[in-house]
Amino acid sequence: MTKTILEMDNITKTFPGVKALNDVNLKVRQGEIHALIGENGAGKSTLMKVLSGVHPFGTYDGKILYEGDICEFKTINDSENKRIVIIHQELALIPELSIAENIFLGNERAKKGIINWNETIVETRELLKKVGLHVDPQETVKNIGVGQQQLVEIAKALSKQVKLLILDEPTAALNEDDSENLLNLLLEFKKQGMTAILISHKLKELFKVSDTITVLRDGQTIATYPLKENKVSEAQIIKDMVGRDLTNLFPERYPNIKENVVFEVKDWNVYHPLDKERQILHNINLNVKEGEIIGIAGLMGAGRTELAMSVFGRSYGKKITGQLFKNGKEIVFKNVNDAIKNGIAYVSENRKEYGLILIDSVKKNLTLANLKKISNRNVLNASKEANISEALKEQMNIKTPSVEQQTVNLSGGNQQKVVLGKWIFAEPDILILDEPTRGIDVGAKFEIYKIINELAEKGKSIIMISSELPELIGMCDRIYTLSEGRITGEIQKDEANQETLMTHMTQSWRS
Amino acid sequence: MSGLKEIISNNIRRFGMIIALAGIVILFQILTNGILLTPLNVTNIIMQNSYIIILAIGMMLVIITGEIDLSVGSIAAFIGAVAGVLLVNWDLPVLLAIVLCLGIGALIGAWQGFWVAYVNIPAFIVTLAGMLVFRGLTLIVLQGQTIAPFPDGFRSMSSAFLPDPLNGADLHLTSLIVGGVFSLIYILAELKMRRTDVKYNFSTISFPLFVLKLFFVVVLINVFTYVLALYAGLPIVLLILLVLIIGYTFVMNKTVVGRHIYSVGGNENAAKLSGVKTKKMKFWVFVNMGALAALSGLIFAGRLNAATPQAGNLFELDAIAAAVIGGASFTGGVGTVFGAVIGALVMGVLNNGMSLMGIGIDWQQAIKGLVLLAAVAFDVLNKNK
Repeated sequence: MTKTILEMDNITKTFPGVKALNDVNLKVRQGEIHALIGENGAGKSTLMKVLSGVHPFGTYDGKILYEGDICEFKTINDSENKRIVIIHQELALIPELSIAENIFLGNERAKKGIINWNETIVETRELLKKVGLHVDPQETVKNIGVGQQQLVEIAKALSKQVKLLILDEPTAALNEDDSENLLNLLLEFKKQGMTAILISHKLKELFKVSDTITVLRDGQTIATYPLKENKVSEAQIIKDMVGRDLTNLFPERYPNIKENVVFEVKDWNVYHPLDKERQILHNINLNVKEGEIIGIAGLMGAGRTELAMSVFGRSYGKKITGQLFKNGKEIVFKNVNDAIKNGIAYVSENRKEYGLILIDSVKKNLTLANLKKISNRNVLNASKEANISEALKEQMNIKTPSVEQQTVNLSGGNQQKVVLGKWIFAEPDILILDEPTRGIDVGAKFEIYKIINELAEKGKSIIMISSELPELIGMCDRIYTLSEGRITGEIQKDEANQETLMTHMTQSWRS
Repeated sequence: MSGLKEIISNNIRRFGMIIALAGIVILFQILTNGILLTPLNVTNIIMQNSYIIILAIGMMLVIITGEIDLSVGSIAAFIGAVAGVLLVNWDLPVLLAIVLCLGIGALIGAWQGFWVAYVNIPAFIVTLAGMLVFRGLTLIVLQGQTIAPFPDGFRSMSSAFLPDPLNGADLHLTSLIVGGVFSLIYILAELKMRRTDVKYNFSTISFPLFVLKLFFVVVLINVFTYVLALYAGLPIVLLILLVLIIGYTFVMNKTVVGRHIYSVGGNENAAKLSGVKTKKMKFWVFVNMGALAALSGLIFAGRLNAATPQAGNLFELDAIAAAVIGGASFTGGVGTVFGAVIGALVMGVLNNGMSLMGIGIDWQQAIKGLVLLAAVAFDVLNKNK
């Protein structure tokens, strides 16, 4: 039994309105690879940000013990001084600088402010050899592939004499070979005595390399399993990840589904907007009937948002092939306006970036997508606008002192109601809801579910994208699963459970 | 119904500007021993600042969409030069020349708007290039010379006054009547607005306060026209300004186009996904800026009675300063046409007051710079509170 290197005790971290971590405990032994797994939003990244000082000491409750010392990290530098290095999900390299410059950024080999380039390059060469990367240290980072960039990040961590390496979804953007390579490298470093915490969605790779696995759910530690000694099944872990009580989370629904297909996506292929070779979505086929709520389930990076936005007036992707049909007739969108005119609405997953104009009032946000209805020859009718926004405020139960209030002052749930209200006022036939309940509390979720149900009852067709499986199972009549840009399953309501969905969502088309 | 305190705290931004303007006016009125508010000087302030106010209105729209235009001074100079060639060298009719010049201004705006909106080149770069291009073209058109004098018809736009068929001798009666009519329209508009506000239960100020506000504004309008009437009456350029201010305020507050312009600056992504044609909006805002820069150049040339290569020098900075003092935010989405006008007047009164005091151009520049910084610092600190 090796000794414990890291102990995080009773960590609690709250963001405004959300408890991201609730009494989380994590124990990592010296020299092991410790896997951290959980659904999106379970608190994995937050926990690691607490550990690395991104969320400084004082903004969370609890105690961190590292090599027996109590640690109070205020900045990333503090944790790096203890030789704890985190590699974030989004790579933190500067594309225009060389590999060597990136590796020693903030840690320059310099005397009196003058950089010793020879030393820098020689050291970089050593580091790159260690990670098995055979490229020129002076190559610009933007010219090497994503897999190689990931290795540069690791080399950078090594340059800081890392003892505890934290990797947040390191293989999310990598292909099979690069992932394999990276995992082998981790095993190699483990032999040399390095400890690692590995966050990933991909169960298979976690089972392959890790010694211990900790499951987080809803900001809480659910279980910790030693993998090598005590055989635990994938099924058990999936159950731990998703298992929660579903009763009463969803309002009563009176389905009113007609037989006619309102909207259909056929053979939809989408390529990356910048990299035309990279195909993001492959042959997507789906349809939704009048009054039906369909779900799209997929892990982060599966292409859910890309699918929604490419359908919504080509807001994502340049090269797109495939057809869209509405009520059996083919429709072609050149831009968002065409989509709106054809009765499609898209509620973005990121309401602050893509949904709301935060500095504008509730009223102005509610009417923005359908100003035509409150204007006469392009002149706005102030009283009409006031009436309508008041009515929407009532209908959606938006809690605000007045419709003149800036939306930035509203809570997340109420902001989301404003975005939904905007699209309800645009009177669409098809609503695409991308993560409609992200970051809002349970009570507000319930109200939003109610609104969605009412819309479906009135004959609207709803496409709901969500990372929360219980939400999809509780709300949808049919669920499509999406994995690596492909539809991997179509599951009816009565067959849908979290295990089945998760199995389809983690299914790799290659294997 | 809300009290005075709440109104002030809710409107500190808007009130702040007006209070600052009033403070500066009072300060210079004292420092210049009362020369600042003499009828002659008030008339002068309006005429001297008309072209900056026009630019500030256009600049406000540009900044609301989150962009910037550095080329307006050069465009104004270029259009002045073109007007010189059309009117003096080619002897074209005045009206035709004006229409042509405004058209050319709009075309220049379309050229810049194209690069900004459709090619996605930062407006700072596009208009920096424009600043050089049109300054250069001005020199080419004028061949380094000054063209003068302009025909009288052209000059009247910037230097003439409203005629007074009533012959009020020392007092310009027509101007007083215009002031009265204007007050009446204002009162009616305010009453109508208040009625809708009450009807929809919007927050309104208490009735006595409302009457006080009406009284105050009406007195201000009439004292203003009275002072002007004591000299030569209402300048034509003031009427042009009024039309622009009212027109643009209407467009920005009451029309779909205005709402779309604010939304582009407020959050371009959200606007786009709500069906706002964001590129088109940006393009037309630049076209509008070009046309207003042209108008500004025409008025400046008319006032100077010459088209010179140096015309419009640093106008862009005055216009940007006016917009910023008037409450524009460089992150976009915020600002009012009225604010831009107040901002331009703050700069104008500062210029005029310091000149009257005999302060040299060197100190004037430095002081103006500090005022600009102070205005924005006040705003930022106020927001962070």
